[in-house]
Amino acid sequence: MSKTQFPPSITSRPVYGELEARSGSGHLMIADAEGAEAILDLAKSVDQGFWAKAHIIYIPKKTGTKYSSQLEELGAGQYYAGPSYEAAQGRIRRALLDCHMGTQVYLSGTESLMGQAMAEATAAGIPHTAIQAEHRGSTARRMQCVHCKGITEDVTTDPFECSHCGLSLFVRDHYSRRLAAFQGVRVDAEDPGNIPEKVELFK
Amino acid sequence: MSAGTAKLNVTVAEVKPINDLVTRFKFVRTGGGDLPTFSGGAHTVVEMQDGDITRLNAYSLMSNPADRGAYTISVRRDDQGRGGSRFMHSQVKEGMEMVISNPVNLFSLDLRAGKHLMLAGGIGITPFMAQMHQLSMMGGHFELHYSVRTASLGTYAKELTEHYPGRVHIYHDDQNEAVDLKTLLANQPLGTHVYVCGPKGMIEWVHSTAEEMGWPREAVHSEEFLAPASGKPFEVKCAVSNKIVQVGEHQSLLEALEAAGIDAPYLCRGGACGQCETSVIGYDGKFLHYDHWLTDEQKAGGKHIMPCVSRFEGKTLVLDR
Repeated sequence: MSKTQFPPSITSRPVYGELEARSGSGHLMIADAEGAEAILDLAKSVDQGFWAKAHIIYIPKKTGTKYSSQLEELGAGQYYAGPSYEAAQGRIRRALLDCHMGTQVYLSGTESLMGQAMAEATAAGIPHTAIQAEHRGSTARRMQCVHCKGITEDVTTDPFECSHCGLSLFVRDHYSRRLAAFQGVRVDAEDPGNIPEKVELFK
Repeated sequence: MSAGTAKLNVTVAEVKPINDLVTRFKFVRTGGGDLPTFSGGAHTVVEMQDGDITRLNAYSLMSNPADRGAYTISVRRDDQGRGGSRFMHSQVKEGMEMVISNPVNLFSLDLRAGKHLMLAGGIGITPFMAQMHQLSMMGGHFELHYSVRTASLGTYAKELTEHYPGRVHIYHDDQNEAVDLKTLLANQPLGTHVYVCGPKGMIEWVHSTAEEMGWPREAVHSEEFLAPASGKPFEVKCAVSNKIVQVGEHQSLLEALEAAGIDAPYLCRGGACGQCETSVIGYDGKFLHYDHWLTDEQKAGGKHIMPCVSRFEGKTLVLDR
């Protein structure tokens, strides 16, 4: 079970577990912000041999250097810290291209990071059920506007304004693995202008 | 009988011995016309009228799935078996009319795979032959590793090597050649699926090695048809049909139910597909579960049995049939 407690939801909504070390020819670990804690927790139960085959790709976001030095000290064969998911994406793709069947993928942190990295890993040929994911940190959502198709990151309120077309969108639990995003639908479609108060649902 | 899938009336168009143990049979539709399409890995259940006994054995289709003119199967003679393969070898002649089932596929290719890695042992080659036809028509990426006892018993090894140069690797047991499975599995690109068909030990070896090496369970596929094991005769009460059925020493529970006129469902008759799963109402004795379908918990629970391969020893067994 995930350490983050999410309210009960529809089956389309992803659920997360806790990372555990599994045997494999390599370990690709992709994390952002507080997701580092899940890797550091896993580190308590593995021997040094594990890290020689590991590749950590970390995006600290607002945590700055809080975790990065601890992650670096784990002694992974490869360690990379980058400023954003977009900046790390090329490296993630290259890492997936280079690894073989038997490589374990570990994702931790925000749903945005895990969803996007999951989409890359499944496109590379790993069944999504074989990819471990543990939620840590912010519950802010990556949303897709169903009207203009634009993506808005780090959504914390419901409704919220689409960062592309400006419509006020209702935050749904319907999730797309392909887009790694939840669905946002115009909240005042039936009654234009009648926009409910924003409520902060996610932190 | 409505159990199983719809039946096809066919005529034996060719009986061709391939080597000392294996004979190939070709079926065309009786009275002409196309046969249903199938996908690589599918099998058909062949009905054999062997005197008073109706034998139903599943055989993988090995012909090109796109060829609707005929189905071909290859049967390895098992002199220690219950008699199905001996019947095929000794009784089935060209021109004979037979009944086979519509194709059922329990060993299909996962077409999301970027590469298909095939491991065959002995007569386990047959489903791969249809799959290789299918993949080569689609431009799919595949590689076959085929273990045979000797060159002369290497069924289709020569034809396959010639037909798919560079993609087929043959290993001869008598020359101490064996697949280097660990190296093979370690070097597969992401998106590879592995398929294994052969003896039980080989299937377990591939599953356990792949798991040890971190392969996702979803990327490892296997097919093993079990022949029903012989055992002590036993009696079963069928609650729904209100019949008491005797299961003979060399008869499966499913065959005994069928002989008693009970319309029991089935597809593979080999412990793989799950179709014949039957609820146990009551029992006093011990189950001999041989199937690959029930989980270990279900097998221990005493609430389910797969009549196609599993048996029972004890005083009473009451089934929901």
